[in-house]
Amino acid sequence: MGNFMEWLDRRFPATQVWNDHMAKYWTPKNFNFWYYFGVLSIVILVLQIVTGIFLTMHYKPDVTLAFASVEYIMRDVPWGWLIRYLHAIGASAFFVVIYLHMFRGLIYGSSREPRELVWLIGCVIYVALMAESFMGYLLPWGNMSYWGAQVIISLFDVIPYVGPALSEWIRGDFVVSDATLNRFFAFHVIAVPLILCVLVFLHIVALHKVGSLNPDGIEIKENKDKGGIPLDGIAFHPYYTVKDTVGVVVFFIIYLGVVFYWPEGGGVLLEKDNFTPANSLQTPPDIVPLWYFTPFYSILRASTADFLVVLGSLTAIAAIATPFIKTKRSNKIAAFVGYGVIAICLFIFDAKWWGVVMMAMAIVVMFLLPWLDKSPVKSIRYRSLPFKIAVTIFVLAFISLGYLGMHPVSALSTIQAQTCTVLYFAFFALMPFYTTWGKTKPVPERLT
Amino acid sequence: MSSNEESSNGDSTNENRSRRRFITGLTSAAWAVSAAYAAVPLVLSMTPSARARNAGAPVEFDFSKLQAGQMVKVEWRGMPVVVLRRTPAMMAGLDEVTELLADPDSADSVQPGYAQNPARADANKNEILVMLSVCTHLGCSPVEKLAVGPDPEMGEDSKGGFFCPCHGSKFDLAGRVYKNVPANKNMVIPPYQYLDENVILIGDDEARNA
Repeated sequence: MGNFMEWLDRRFPATQVWNDHMAKYWTPKNFNFWYYFGVLSIVILVLQIVTGIFLTMHYKPDVTLAFASVEYIMRDVPWGWLIRYLHAIGASAFFVVIYLHMFRGLIYGSSREPRELVWLIGCVIYVALMAESFMGYLLPWGNMSYWGAQVIISLFDVIPYVGPALSEWIRGDFVVSDATLNRFFAFHVIAVPLILCVLVFLHIVALHKVGSLNPDGIEIKENKDKGGIPLDGIAFHPYYTVKDTVGVVVFFIIYLGVVFYWPEGGGVLLEKDNFTPANSLQTPPDIVPLWYFTPFYSILRASTADFLVVLGSLTAIAAIATPFIKTKRSNKIAAFVGYGVIAICLFIFDAKWWGVVMMAMAIVVMFLLPWLDKSPVKSIRYRSLPFKIAVTIFVLAFISLGYLGMHPVSALSTIQAQTCTVLYFAFFALMPFYTTWGKTKPVPERLT
Repeated sequence: MSSNEESSNGDSTNENRSRRRFITGLTSAAWAVSAAYAAVPLVLSMTPSARARNAGAPVEFDFSKLQAGQMVKVEWRGMPVVVLRRTPAMMAGLDEVTELLADPDSADSVQPGYAQNPARADANKNEILVMLSVCTHLGCSPVEKLAVGPDPEMGEDSKGGFFCPCHGSKFDLAGRVYKNVPANKNMVIPPYQYLDENVILIGDDEARNA
């Protein structure tokens, strides 16, 4: 064995890579519950790729065969039901884990300097994952698949001038059709997974360059022993590989529990309208996207003509307040350019355009997090009260938007969704202010 | 060896450096242009194929069995087309909702000239509504709410209409959109013509011009 490793290491940096990223990769010793979700998302990525390969062996990307081939997998292919449920429920599990992973980043300041790139790459992964799951959802060619794709592709229609041509190009036809199904299959099984794997690799490369943060939000690299090893660091392997194994087992107990005993998840994980084949003449009575898209779907639906008045008023209030804010002159000029653009767009575009733009902005603002957060401390443990209140409101608004998006619209729910939409954006827009308010607690020298 | 030394000496002169930079820039630009050209066939391969373009033939529909107040959906170009024979009460309701509509005169909406009127139908048979049942918001197919009277989605004093289950847009029985809903245009009226008393041709109105 020794000879073999010597032979290998002269030709390939095997031991070096193992040490740099596992055996001598120093990790803070105080990771808590929230730090399981990074490794869990890798586990699910592998699971989705493996189950996906086996589904591809039986699935047919053709509008006349697709729905029946999924039923064939469910009924006739040995263990096909298990592979398909693992994959379909795996998509939901992926988003549960990713949302918790992102929340961890938010409360412990994981996105802050010098980890901005880790956060940005992560946000791109999130967007790629949404594309991946959206295109995968068309493949069973159920009625919800069909109309979901119809609605989402139509979003591109609002782009001035090129929109209709662009959505026609995406569909490859004038309506969602065989051409659309076939290309979504291509994107879902090869193009996006390749991109995802590259992005995940970059995410980890960027993370290992700067090292993980921890629940205390302080750098372990600032206290090293004589050998240059962080005093509060422990080797990722074996310490965290063993600890993460426990997390993975617990995750599998819950995940497989759902797969075996509750695969349709009360109509949330597998929607009942997708048990009927696509029908281009009949929109399902209450169309809902999968649960992980519903917060954004609510923001889309919240945009009505009345809401634009609210949007205009809020912009006007911001414009009046801006001169009184203590900041650089260039920041104020930039703010006023922003208000001007909003004002012009309010005159030119209608509620439909704003709905799509707000939905897109809801994701774009996530990318800005590292620069919006001005708090002197990173971890929520030492943050001032206003930040804790803001995070609580944000989480409640996000969950409410998700809940509202799963149900049909009414006059009341529209107002609720509009309120939550304002709160969602306020969390980001006001972040540079409230993160500097109040008294932060003193940060410890070493991990606690 | 000596030629290598010469060139490395040459490198240090400013003239050579800028010349090198220029050639590098030119090569990169040539690569970029080539890549753009190479992408063209790939991008264009995703546009609607010849088969998809040819599939848009007009469809005939015999509506003789359609009673007053009844509606059917016909498929044209993969899209649902509503054919509705409206009752006199339904027609009367159209005038009562004008105040609530975003575009009552269909000025901003898509329809042939002969359907730009309150009923949004051919004046000869204006009780027959022929309409693309595609919401102008994001393309769902609105649900018919033909009954007059209270409706959970259409409101307390509904005169009948169409309700889009996706995002709650409301339309009257001529496909005209209500104010303050996500959609902002009336539903599209396709070109159509009557082949005889009871047969309609959807997707073609050549005979009108003849």
